Amino acid sequence: MTTLLSVQGVSRAFGGVQALNDCSLEVEKGSITGLIGPNGSGKTTLFNVITGYVKPDAGAVMFDGQFITYARPDDVFSRGIGRTFQLTRIFGQISVLENMLVATQREESWLRGLTRSKSSKAEVETAMEWLDFVGIARLADLQAGALSYGQRKLLELAYVLVADPDVILLDEPAGGVNLTLINQIADRIRTLNRDGKTFLIVEHNMEFVMSLCESVTVMHQGTSLVSGTPSEVRNNPLVLDAYLGGGEEVEEEEDASQGIAHG
Amino acid sequence: MLKTKRLWWVLALGVFAGFPLVVTNPSYQTIAFYSLLYMACAASWNMFSGYSGYIALGSGVFYGSGAFTMALISIHTHMAPGAAMFWLVPVGGLVAAAFAVPLGWIGLRVRRHTFVVITIAFFFIFQNAAINFSFTGGTAGLNLPFITWGFSYYDLPFYYVALGLVIFIVILSAAVRRSRFGLQLMAIRDDEDRALGLGVKVAAVKLTGFTMSAFTIGMAGAVYAMFLGQIYPQFAFDPMFDLSIAMMAFFGGMGTLVGPLVGALILESAQQYLTVNFSNGSLYLILLGGLFLIVFMFMPQGIVVYVRDTVTKKAAREKAAVASIDLAMAEGSET
Repeated sequence: MTTLLSVQGVSRAFGGVQALNDCSLEVEKGSITGLIGPNGSGKTTLFNVITGYVKPDAGAVMFDGQFITYARPDDVFSRGIGRTFQLTRIFGQISVLENMLVATQREESWLRGLTRSKSSKAEVETAMEWLDFVGIARLADLQAGALSYGQRKLLELAYVLVADPDVILLDEPAGGVNLTLINQIADRIRTLNRDGKTFLIVEHNMEFVMSLCESVTVMHQGTSLVSGTPSEVRNNPLVLDAYLGGGEEVEEEEDASQGIAHG
Repeated sequence: MLKTKRLWWVLALGVFAGFPLVVTNPSYQTIAFYSLLYMACAASWNMFSGYSGYIALGSGVFYGSGAFTMALISIHTHMAPGAAMFWLVPVGGLVAAAFAVPLGWIGLRVRRHTFVVITIAFFFIFQNAAINFSFTGGTAGLNLPFITWGFSYYDLPFYYVALGLVIFIVILSAAVRRSRFGLQLMAIRDDEDRALGLGVKVAAVKLTGFTMSAFTIGMAGAVYAMFLGQIYPQFAFDPMFDLSIAMMAFFGGMGTLVGPLVGALILESAQQYLTVNFSNGSLYLILLGGLFLIVFMFMPQGIVVYVRDTVTKKAAREKAAVASIDLAMAEGSET
């Protein structure tokens, strides 16, 4: 296995708050890596640093053998890193299909956009395939602002996929959606992973993370605390202290997640 | 659906083309000319601000630049008064666009509300400069070569040039809507940071849109100066112009193709007509104010959007479609 994305000793402060403090992370090519940690431990800030929305004070980000530490978001995206947001962000006043088309021009010069139509037949076909993949193809002509919360999550996932990124960063894909949809999203992620896509997932839903990820990194107060397989992480005393809070609770967690694994 | 739409456009074009041949009263022709000029400006404004959501309130900069370009070049080259002066209309547009590049480069570095304030600041800088420089004639203004074609059909050439300008802008605006560039403008309107994260070169796209809109507004300004025959800085750079064209676009439906045209047609012709006929009283202001209140209270997205959504029962359709998919997903049948 080779490392596709690596974060090396990244720090970032917002005023007096040290959001990231010497944080490191490795994502192997073809893996599903989980990123967990209590609220405020810096997970979303780390996503923002990787995708270029926030510049780090120190440290480096490497993707596919190249430094992308200070690259802008559009540049990061065109190199092949796609992401979704914790608070789902779609383009509300254009149609669902048009949402899909925004991301299609990954390797195209912006000047080309002046002279070409907003979509080619092939692009529409690809967009419709992905919409079908997440199950909302029938809503393609609707104004995206009309979608329900769960559908917005699916749309955001779909329009990131349409650009065919190598690694996809998901910020709480299971947050605020019902159980059926959570399972469907997990299924989609597994399918995509089998086809070679790499995932880095921030999620609070432990069952979701533990059942899906082969490697988990735990963050605490801006630092990466531990990395390992889900069972290693679950039993690590540092994690128990920082994150789960105490031994007894861990027993319950473990039972619960084993129940999932067997079920 | 597409064919009916095209039919409506052709019909509207026929009405506008035939109007001055049927209505020969010069004062009504003048009203019609101004309506077309404001349709051109509102549609130009919409081409950037309507699509991108960046409300510019300093478009008078470009209108005035176009007007002064027409005046200064025609005066200093001692042009023979007449139709040849219309060749300066695109030149006025180019000068306005040339101003738009540095102004947009500075102004578009900030977001939304700050952008509004900056455009207003730009506007007053230009107005003050025009009043205080000597080459603009100062407050005394400039007199353009006096056009001598007959009074009885004085308005006609201007009317058709303005109509041509409107057609050009509508075609351009429609082309922008259909292009990848237009889609990117609308993505910027809905969520600029998200668009950036999907590879949209937001800075370049915004500046291009801003400059295009300045170009067409500048052309309208040039026609305006030629029509009046004399211009003053305080009227060429008029703050009411900035507000009017934005209001017209809002009134008709921002971000749509037809909305700004409808808004400008209704508001400008109503205002001109009421000013002429009820000028000795404030009745016309009360009427206009009432019209605004009604539209903004009951159709906050503008007349065109309101009518379209009502006719197509958009809300109900959307609700049904969204619910059916949600239901299907809850039952798991979609997998």
